Amino acid sequence: MDFQPTEERRMLADMVAKFVQNDYPMKARLDAGATDLGYSPRAYMQMAELGLIGAMFDEDIGGFGGAGFDIATLFTELGKGLVNEPLSDTALASGFILAKTGHLGLVEQIISGKERVALALIENGADYDWTMPETLATLLDGAWQLTGSKTSVKFAYGVDAVIVSARTSTSDGISLFLINASATGMAQHQFQTVDGGSACDIELNRTPAILLGLEGCSYETLDAAAARSTLAICAEALGIMDSIKTMTVDYLRTRQQFGTVLGKFQALQHRTAQMLLEIEQAKSAVTNAAKDLDAPTDERNRAISAAKYSIGRIGCYVAEEAIQLHGGIGMTWEYDLGHFAKRLVMIDHEWGDQDHHLMRYAQS
Amino acid sequence: MDLNFTAKDLAFRKEVIDFLKEELPKDVATLVKADIAVSKEDTEFWHMTLHKRGWLTYSWPAAFGGAGWDPVQQFIFEEECAAAGAPRILPFGLKMLAPVLMTFGSKEQQDHWLPRMCDGSDWWCQGYSEPGSGSDLASLKTTAVKDGDDYIINGQKTWTTLGQHANMIFCLVRTDGTCKPQAGISFILVDLATQGIDMRPIRTLEGGHEVNEVFFTDVRVPASNLVGEENKGWTYAKYLLAHERNGIANVGISNQKLSRLKRLSLTQKRSGKPLAEDPLFAVRLARLEIELRNLETTNLRVLDGFSKGAGPGPESSMLKIIGSELEQNFDDLTRRALGRHAQAHTPEVFEPGYNGPQVAPKNMANQSAAYFNKRKVSIYGGSNEIQKNIITKMILEL
Repeated sequence: MDFQPTEERRMLADMVAKFVQNDYPMKARLDAGATDLGYSPRAYMQMAELGLIGAMFDEDIGGFGGAGFDIATLFTELGKGLVNEPLSDTALASGFILAKTGHLGLVEQIISGKERVALALIENGADYDWTMPETLATLLDGAWQLTGSKTSVKFAYGVDAVIVSARTSTSDGISLFLINASATGMAQHQFQTVDGGSACDIELNRTPAILLGLEGCSYETLDAAAARSTLAICAEALGIMDSIKTMTVDYLRTRQQFGTVLGKFQALQHRTAQMLLEIEQAKSAVTNAAKDLDAPTDERNRAISAAKYSIGRIGCYVAEEAIQLHGGIGMTWEYDLGHFAKRLVMIDHEWGDQDHHLMRYAQS
Repeated sequence: MDLNFTAKDLAFRKEVIDFLKEELPKDVATLVKADIAVSKEDTEFWHMTLHKRGWLTYSWPAAFGGAGWDPVQQFIFEEECAAAGAPRILPFGLKMLAPVLMTFGSKEQQDHWLPRMCDGSDWWCQGYSEPGSGSDLASLKTTAVKDGDDYIINGQKTWTTLGQHANMIFCLVRTDGTCKPQAGISFILVDLATQGIDMRPIRTLEGGHEVNEVFFTDVRVPASNLVGEENKGWTYAKYLLAHERNGIANVGISNQKLSRLKRLSLTQKRSGKPLAEDPLFAVRLARLEIELRNLETTNLRVLDGFSKGAGPGPESSMLKIIGSELEQNFDDLTRRALGRHAQAHTPEVFEPGYNGPQVAPKNMANQSAAYFNKRKVSIYGGSNEIQKNIITKMILEL
């Protein structure tokens, strides 16, 4: 048994860390987050050129990674720097689905950063449960058309295409479709997100679409794509918690009250120690999920749900505890902690929250 | 022992409900219930409405023009105001400074400042914390040096809530640097229009502007603005902090959040079913409701003690800790209930005349921001850690 990362993954982590340090100032991140796009296209392209998107995909589809530990390594480092560019939202899941359904040309464009494809699954009334889309696809003169609505599609503004889940008039199973961003009958309502990004609600009205894979048979592909994205944001949360821990410990070491540094007060020492224990547990949960990403479906999903539950519970706890340990300064926009905390809590609202995954684990 | 409200209490409750139904503007209540910051104009309007009825000073002793209510009546009033979505009565003048002036201020100060709080002439804010003096308030460094008939103030205050609307600030200042820190502090009133004062906004993590920092450079204040005796300010400050006893548990606000959350759980859906039918959510909600019922009685038990003559004491710390954490937990669960829509940050839907699409239900469009903003309640007014220190010392005597 060896928990040390491979040489390649160590290099990947170092490269991302260097990028964050040299090319990713917090102010630029926050400014870009407030735009309609919600991120910096320049930074996105820089990361593509560094090969970070390629690291999320197998060699046989044009990448140079794609294993659970590649994804975990990459996103942990991105999380440490609170990187906002939507590598998971407009490349990871969509690229995986497109590869599985034979659209390798588009995957190549995604890996190069030239094309971005969002994934629209969530509907009002189902919320985290993406297994029962109401969006309806009908076949008209040999061409598919989609009608329905999707909500909270992260970073869908300005993408080149959107993958949409739907049922068809002839099958209750999930089908996946590709819609060109300029297609007729598609209306987007863009809005900002609490964690400093962008999302869209999407209305489809007889929108022309291309079927991906076979009609009604995309559940397994989508489930596997969801597992990859869920692992990615779990690893991102782990990186965020790592940075929050560093900030908190540094603050306790320097902030003076009652004639000494805060770190000398036992009540605060114990709380910080507890935070460390929880983060170590979260790290193990992410390790388990990374290990089982390509395991048989049941095993994979149990590890993914265990990780997402752990991350959701521990993430919210760490965000709240770190703000409290900082006191007033932790409440301010100027101090970075709040931005890390907001993203960390919002991760619990993506790909199913802690209760959703706790129940899925219990029922598996 | 009789744990029921008396007939007099119930009649009083009805009087409050009727008043709120008549006088509280619906659009203001809608914003308050959606956790949107109340504007200066709406706050002043509500203060005037209460003032006309004689209820603005409900917490004051009758001798100073208060409503003469007992603690249980005050509790009922606060509960119904919160349930109706009334703007919060600003505490800085009416509930913090006023009791200090009544107890330690001169007759001239009482006659001058107290009526001005009621008729809206003055908007008070608080100058307590400093960048280096948060929990360790007694270490404050802002100085006031006597110069003829004036004091000259130099230093910096921070976390001054709604200072941007205020014209007056009450400050703790150091008038003696040679003794034990607590023994060299004085309590002084400062007109914010005085030369040498610079107020700058602090943006909070969710993006709002509620708190400020205030810089004092050679600010000249008449010595007649000193409250009580020089170097006794720490006593007055402690009196002020302990005195705000009645509303500190925020039971009314948590009750309002509970009913809002129950309604939400019937309309929010997961997998096509109402959230209320989700067993994990139902358990989370039940836990909070039980905690709230417990706190309500804890609060009333403490108030009963007060009405039988026990002074405001360390019980306030108990109510503050439980009340602030419970309020935060309601905001937390409300955010959870919104599912994916918790991510949307769409304050634009509250702008007058907004007619565009909505992501989350309209009264919930500010919930995640409110959740992050409310992390402050366990930090301000003496952090919960400081409250535990007080309990340890004063109740447990450890």
